[in-house]
Formats: sequence, structure tokens, C-alpha cells
Amino acid sequence: MSDVLDQTIADLGPQVARGSVKAEALVERCLERVAARNPSLNAFITVTADEALAAARQADAEIAAGRHRGALHGMPVSLKDLIDQAGTPTTAGSRVRRDHRADRDATVTTRLRDAGAALIGKTNLHEFAFGTTTEDSGFGLARHPIDPARSPGGSSGGSAIAVRTGMSLASVGTDTGGSIRIPAAACGVVGLKACHGEISADRVVPLSRQLDHVGPLARSVTDAWLMYEAMRGEPRRCGEQLEGVPVRGLRLGLLRAYAFDRIDADVEASVLEAVERLRRAGAEIDEVRLPHAPDIAAIYLHLVLSDAAAYHTPTLDSRPGDYTPNVRLRLEMGRYVMAEDYVRAGLGKRVIRREVEAALDGRHGLLLPTLAIPAPPLGAATVRITQGDEPVRTAMLRLTQIFNLSGHPAISLPCDPTPAGLPVGLQIAGRRDGTLALLRLARTVESVIAHA
Amino acid sequence: MTLDQWLADAKADAERRGVEGLPALLETLAAATAALRAADWNDVADGPSPVDEESA
Repeated sequence: MSDVLDQTIADLGPQVARGSVKAEALVERCLERVAARNPSLNAFITVTADEALAAARQADAEIAAGRHRGALHGMPVSLKDLIDQAGTPTTAGSRVRRDHRADRDATVTTRLRDAGAALIGKTNLHEFAFGTTTEDSGFGLARHPIDPARSPGGSSGGSAIAVRTGMSLASVGTDTGGSIRIPAAACGVVGLKACHGEISADRVVPLSRQLDHVGPLARSVTDAWLMYEAMRGEPRRCGEQLEGVPVRGLRLGLLRAYAFDRIDADVEASVLEAVERLRRAGAEIDEVRLPHAPDIAAIYLHLVLSDAAAYHTPTLDSRPGDYTPNVRLRLEMGRYVMAEDYVRAGLGKRVIRREVEAALDGRHGLLLPTLAIPAPPLGAATVRITQGDEPVRTAMLRLTQIFNLSGHPAISLPCDPTPAGLPVGLQIAGRRDGTLALLRLARTVESVIAHA
Repeated sequence: MTLDQWLADAKADAERRGVEGLPALLETLAAATAALRAADWNDVADGPSPVDEESA
């Protein structure tokens, strides 16, 4: 049998339910992995070992007594340190909040506890979720689990590292412009952004409430589904399967223009190979366009800067030196956006939503890369792509922020790595209010693209 | 206010407040704002209301 830390929640659930794998042993293995790898990767800001072990022992006792709560019962799960876990600090990756202590759980935390998850700790992030690399954290930068000279992506970088390395079997992240999907793609795990508002953001430190999404990072589409359902308050039973959809008859739109205009050649080849495998399996794939896609970055920038600045104004004035320099400057920039331009950006957001709706008309989903580049080197301001040099932040946000503006559900799943062994993410966007349908589609895509 | 005037005022304010590095970032914001103002949806001030769109 393979190492338990190489398995998924869906694999382990029945073993824990039978008692052949003890939840306590599972949590102990994750804590050993944290002890071995966290000093170099810096995925966790706080490790709640005692709390996780107590939850695991309780799970083992309940299961032995015949009270099994479902698929997540006894499973080690981590939370991005932007989400309240009662009794622990929610630092948001910032020294600004170093004295904080949550007096109660966020709604998603409560739901995961109710589903029986063992909360193993709070993961590192780009300060206040305002960045894509997890380099600007008040608690030190995080490193990529395959190449420590690279960024794991962000802002939920610690969550992606934890899932990839087995420090936890799944994690909860947040996504305002791509902060779940970007690190998922960079680290080779699955990341889901559901529809806007579908998963509670109560007691989650905001970046932009109109763009913020809470969602899972996991090792498979099925595990992402199990987490998604539990976070909605609908935990699935152990052994329940996420049924895929028949690949024949699938109609998918490839966002060829814009999504492939400024891209790394290896990423392009990997994503197009995944698309070709879907075609060979019987999916009908045509090209779609978003006419205002070139305006997306400007729309997003004006909304996120203004919303973030409004939240941070008191501490920008009282404790400016407690922010990391880059994040402080971006927040300060937001204080200069004019009201009329914020309104224009709001209008543009609705234009993008209508165009994504139109692109999905008659189709089950849209296909595009998650990230236009592989995980970038730490410290890099620009990266070289086929078309020239590109700012790292621009390259990393370009293909994910679309669906924060539109509110449509989107998921990133691994496709073939680059020749250098770096992960690549395929992104699929689904219909509004259709997260479950997107997950079923992604389950099929995951199965098809795994086979050359 | 024109974008040029806004940028000059914003940079002067950032310098007065001593926020080092901010004037250069404001140039980036100004470029994005120029793109936003040039977008064609601004020409349709009587487009569908957000309430109508939400209920569609």
C-alpha cells in the first residue's frame, strides 16, 4: 500500500471509517511532514498540533462507537491564515495583525469542524492576500515544494505547498483575482473557486468583498468536491463518488485569443496537449472570444485597489511600518483612485460578466490555462515569455481574474508538467450557479487528460 | 479633472506624504485609468441597470 500521505481524502476515507487507518496516526504523519519540510518551505504560520490531535482522537472514538460523520471525518485540513479559527491568531500574513486572536470560528471553519476535519494549522500567504507569489509575507516568504528557488504562487501559497507535500490533505484558500487557482497551478494541485457568494466569507479578512471567494485546494477533483460540499454545510458520506459526465457530447469553448496571446511556450504546449486529448476522447471544442478581455486588468485593478484601500485606511495611517513595503505601496495606490473611475470599472465588470455568459452559451465549459507561466523564480520582477518580458504579477493574474469579475465558477487542475518538471494548470470555467456541474465536468477532464 | 492633472496632483501628494516609491506606481495606475476611460462601454450610459441584470 502506498504511503498514506500520498493518498487522497477519497482514498483514505473508507480506511478511516473501517478503522484500518486511525485518524490520530494520519494527523501524526502530517505533523511529522510539517516538522520535516516546513522549516525550509515556510508553508505554515501557526501549527495547531494539539487541537488537530484532539480532533483526530475524538474522530477515532466516534467512529469506533459507530458515529461516522462523513468523508472528512478525521482528515487533516489546513486553513489559509486569513480565516478565523477560534483561539488562534488570524495574521493575514501581516505584522499589522500579529496580536490578533480569533474569538470564534469563521463559518467555513465551523462547517469543517462539524464534518469532522482535524484542523492542523494556519497557512502562509501573500500579506492580506494582496499578491500572487507569497513572497511579501510578514512571516517570511514561502518556497515552491519542487524548486525552492521559485515561488509557490499566491496568495494562498502555503495552502498549495501543504497539500502538495502532505502537510495537510486539503486546505481552504481564498481567491480574489486567482489566489486559489494560481498556487494550485504552480504547485500541481487542484484549486476551486465556486460561484461568488456560494461559500461563506464570514470572518474571513477581506481584500475586496465583491471579488473575494473562499474555496478548497485539494489533491484531486473528487477531494475538492468533498471539501466544497462540507464548506457549504452539505458534507458527503464516506465512499460517495463524484460522477463525471460522458466526454462524448461535451461542448467546450477554448479561449484561444487573449489566453494564449502572452504565454510561456511550455505552458502553451501542455495546455494544448490536454485540449487535444479531450478532442480525441470525443469532446467538441471550438474557439470563443471575450471582446473586452484586453480591458480586464484595468477593470480589476480599479476595483481591488479601491476596496482594499477602504478596508486598510485606519492601519495604513496608524501602522504603516508594519506592512511589507510592496503591499503597503499597492494599498496606498488605491487611495488615489477617483470615484468616477471606480464606477467605470463597475460597469466594465458587468460587461465582462455578460461576455463570459455569451461564451458559455451552448457550451458546458470554457478551457484556458490557469497561469500563463510556470512558477516564477523568487525575486523576479519580470519573466520571459514567447512574446518578450512580462511583469510577474501581470502574467500571474491575467487568466484567473476574468472569473472573479464575472463571478463564474472556475477550477484549476494539473496537466502535463513542463520539460523542467514544473507543474502546469488547465483552467475550466463553468456556468453561473453551476459549480457542481463544473466539478463533474472537471472529474471527466481529469480522467481524460491523465492518459496520453 | 483631466488624467494629467490628477496624476500631477496625486504624485505631489504622495511626495508630500513621503511615501517613497508611490509616485512611480501612480504612473502605472494612470495608464490603467486611461485604458478604462477609453473603453467603449462608457459611451452607453443608458445601458441595462444592474438590478435588471441581476434578475435576468
